[in-house]
Amino acid sequence: MASDRKSDSKVELLLMGGSAGSLKVLLSLLPTLRQDLAFPVVIILHRKADPDSMLDVLLRNHTKLPVLEAEDKMTLQKGTIYLAPPDYHLLFESNKLVSLDYSEKLNYSRPSIDVSFQSAALACRDKLVAILLSGANADGVEGLKCVKSADGLVFVQDPDTAEVAYMPRQAIVHVKVDAVFKPEHFPGLINNL
Amino acid sequence: MLEPNVIKDEELEILLNDVFSVYGYDFTQYSKASLKRRVNRICVIDKFTSFAELRYHLLHHPEYLQRFVEEITVNVTEMFRDPGFFKALRDKVLPQLGTYPFIRIWLAGCSTGEEAYSMAILLREANLYNRSLIYATDLNPGVLEKAAKGIFPIAQMKLYSENYMLSGGLQDFSSYYMANYDVAKFDTKLSERIIFATHNLVSDSSFNEFQLVVCRNVLIYFDKELQNQVFTLFDESLDSLGFLALGAKETIRFSNLENRYKQLDTEKIWRKNM
Ligand SMILES: C[S@@+](CC[C@H](N)C(=O)[O-])C[C@H]1O[C@@H](n2cnc3c(N)ncnc32)[C@H](O)[C@@H]1O
Repeated sequence: MASDRKSDSKVELLLMGGSAGSLKVLLSLLPTLRQDLAFPVVIILHRKADPDSMLDVLLRNHTKLPVLEAEDKMTLQKGTIYLAPPDYHLLFESNKLVSLDYSEKLNYSRPSIDVSFQSAALACRDKLVAILLSGANADGVEGLKCVKSADGLVFVQDPDTAEVAYMPRQAIVHVKVDAVFKPEHFPGLINNL
Repeated sequence: MLEPNVIKDEELEILLNDVFSVYGYDFTQYSKASLKRRVNRICVIDKFTSFAELRYHLLHHPEYLQRFVEEITVNVTEMFRDPGFFKALRDKVLPQLGTYPFIRIWLAGCSTGEEAYSMAILLREANLYNRSLIYATDLNPGVLEKAAKGIFPIAQMKLYSENYMLSGGLQDFSSYYMANYDVAKFDTKLSERIIFATHNLVSDSSFNEFQLVVCRNVLIYFDKELQNQVFTLFDESLDSLGFLALGAKETIRFSNLENRYKQLDTEKIWRKNM
């Protein structure tokens, strides 16, 4: 359960959202993650509704951490990377338990980053860290606001380093982000959370 | 737009308990994360500014219940959604069903009927339709009314026709409907052998024996315990050697059915043992 003690808040979940141009950042980040991460990492990428997509295989080839496609009512484990499956929204029942949802697309997207960020913010409060990467639409910006108002931490990729700057730029304009990072600094950031 | 969160966990509990005790609809074992989003959404659409206002309206206007139920459940659906699944039905399941003199199929959680019409098309193309009966059920009377009409937005037909072809369909998909302005009205011959009826998977029991039960994208809205309860209901409703088909992200793995059913390759279709 979330507690009100903000000072010793410990991260329980890391969420990363991205769209166009974010895969490259992820592929360079994943090999640098420490193997004993104390929390699960959940990745929400805009992807085609193609069930044969090999995105999980691709990610798996870039990290020693286990990579799983999130399944309905799956319990998240620390030190494991989860990928939101195509054509479903990913919701959080608690900081550890996820559900899938086939409701309307949001921002033309399913999975939508906003939907997962908001749901995780409600479930994890200040134990959540959310990172928004490169992308071409504003999906994620409203979600970051929810994370912020639940006292979670919000990081954004430096738009100048993003292949498509629109998404991180919108985030910086509309949300009080905790920090803006260049991709080469993400490993240090995440490994020290 | 992302709806702001206006409902607290405790308030959701209160609301669900109210709906159960006053109206008999039991959503208490539904996944809370989804319900919360739906309640937030209904507050925006129907302009309730607080939980208290929504609760008051719901409890004092019984005629609002149907809309409430329709909005807090997710009714999104498509024809031939996941074409690979329908291809597997065509290639692997229908030939088996064809060995029965009479085929009974249950589509549970059929929403506005797109899946039922897809199934009718498959059966017709396999020359099995005239000896089949499709029971298409849902807990929402509203979606069933729409389903019975067989009228869908014309704007969707391009996608449906692509899905249909990917599922192995060889006909001209537009031969199944009449275009009229912005809607497509499906051939009434397709609904001749479909019975649309309300059935609540949470509280209603088994009502027949089937050779095929299809329930896709409904169980993801239930908690594990309720999922298991519904699996038992399906088990009771299936003939031995009957087929159970679930949505792309649903599974009987880890359930009480696991040992008595065998999965057909990689599709979400399982066959009951003898
Ligand atoms: C997302 S739709 C799935 C439609 C279709 N099967 C598909 O996969 O495209 C979920 C449907 O389940 C229905 N449903 C939810 N709870 C139910 C219950 N307890 N009993 C029967 N149907 C239910 C909803 O009304 C909705 O129409």
